Amino acid sequence: MERVSQSLFPYLLRLADDRLVLGHRLSEWCGHAPILEEDIALANIALDLIGQANLLLKLAAETEGKGRTEDDLAYFRDAIDYRNVQMVELPKGDFAFTIIRQFLFDAFSYHVLEELQRSSHKELAGIAAKGFKEVRYHVRHSSEWVLRLGDGTAESHDRAQKSLNDLMRFTGEMFEADDIDREMLAAGIGADLESIRPKWETIVRDVLSRATLTIPDDPPAMTGGRRGRHTESLGHMLSEMQIVARSHPGAEW
Amino acid sequence: MVTTSPVATGRDEIFRILSSVKDPELPFIDIVELGIVRDASVEGETVRVDITPTYSGCPAMDVIEREAREALHSHGFGSVEIRTVFTPAWTTDWMSEETKQKFRDYGIAPPGPVGSTGGIEELVSLRRAPTAVRCPYCGSDNTVEKSEYGSTACKSINYCESCHQPFDSFKSI
Repeated sequence: MERVSQSLFPYLLRLADDRLVLGHRLSEWCGHAPILEEDIALANIALDLIGQANLLLKLAAETEGKGRTEDDLAYFRDAIDYRNVQMVELPKGDFAFTIIRQFLFDAFSYHVLEELQRSSHKELAGIAAKGFKEVRYHVRHSSEWVLRLGDGTAESHDRAQKSLNDLMRFTGEMFEADDIDREMLAAGIGADLESIRPKWETIVRDVLSRATLTIPDDPPAMTGGRRGRHTESLGHMLSEMQIVARSHPGAEW
Repeated sequence: MVTTSPVATGRDEIFRILSSVKDPELPFIDIVELGIVRDASVEGETVRVDITPTYSGCPAMDVIEREAREALHSHGFGSVEIRTVFTPAWTTDWMSEETKQKFRDYGIAPPGPVGSTGGIEELVSLRRAPTAVRCPYCGSDNTVEKSEYGSTACKSINYCESCHQPFDSFKSI
């Protein structure tokens, strides 16, 4: 049990950090989206993701038992201590890039949360059940936009295709299982990434082909986020996200 | 003894007190009707309340918790412990027909039954169940959804083709 509880903390950080970082990237659209409805939609989805991250970080902080809070974990960890996959930290790009990334992540998150609802860890199962209801809305929203952009105008198609070409190499990292994942799975706590991968591929291929988009062949795989190796973008993003909390420690508003 | 000692009050009384707390985003609905107060118990002067969030990131939760605490303090409970519970996850199906009527009266279409919870294949299929949201102003079913996300995470934006009125609809979840 000792090893299980040691793996649970980093496992929860991985789940939380994917959602916190992507939620922050989405929030950067607030006031900048191409149409008002999308501005509102992206801000709401960001809110869901940051809300899920907040609940997961709170659970992580309790699991760690060192007196840290969810805010400490969000605002006072450096990039090297973040455990998100690299895909979610990439700059928001244009609207097509944001939508393609969101769909690739939503389809992954849908399956992860679906499984985690049955986790033997009661609190995690409860957080996942709530998040699962939300991701159902997210994946419907992002898949509809993938179709609209991919099968839309020549320009929207080209931008969507270019985004997919840039993003695909980052997707493999979502399914990489290491000792932490295997321990969590064996303990009945975590999700089975290996079995999720083919389900994710089926949905992604289906939507992308209907959107007339082509999955690039054998792209070089980018990885390392789960071990704290990130692209340059994460540090820049965190410096902006964390500056107020770090400049005024303990401030409340 | 005619004084109402907090010690003698139970779950029902706590629920009655909490029904004075409104959702800040839906000021016509109290938090008991909304279904987010899951349980309450009293031990001595300590009251314990279980609340479940609507959406993971609902920004109203902090305000709701603070107001629930204040309501109980003002009824003589010195010590209030509010716990956040996640199981079972909140659903709009917990709201009564009477509560749903309050949404209509306020100009918001109430949530329909959650209904189908099909898999991801259905969600990405572009097929939508023909569940026309009824206009809360004129009662017409000739409405269209303009955006699945509205002024808050829990509402979508709709438009009535009959009376030409845009309106919010509370999402089924």
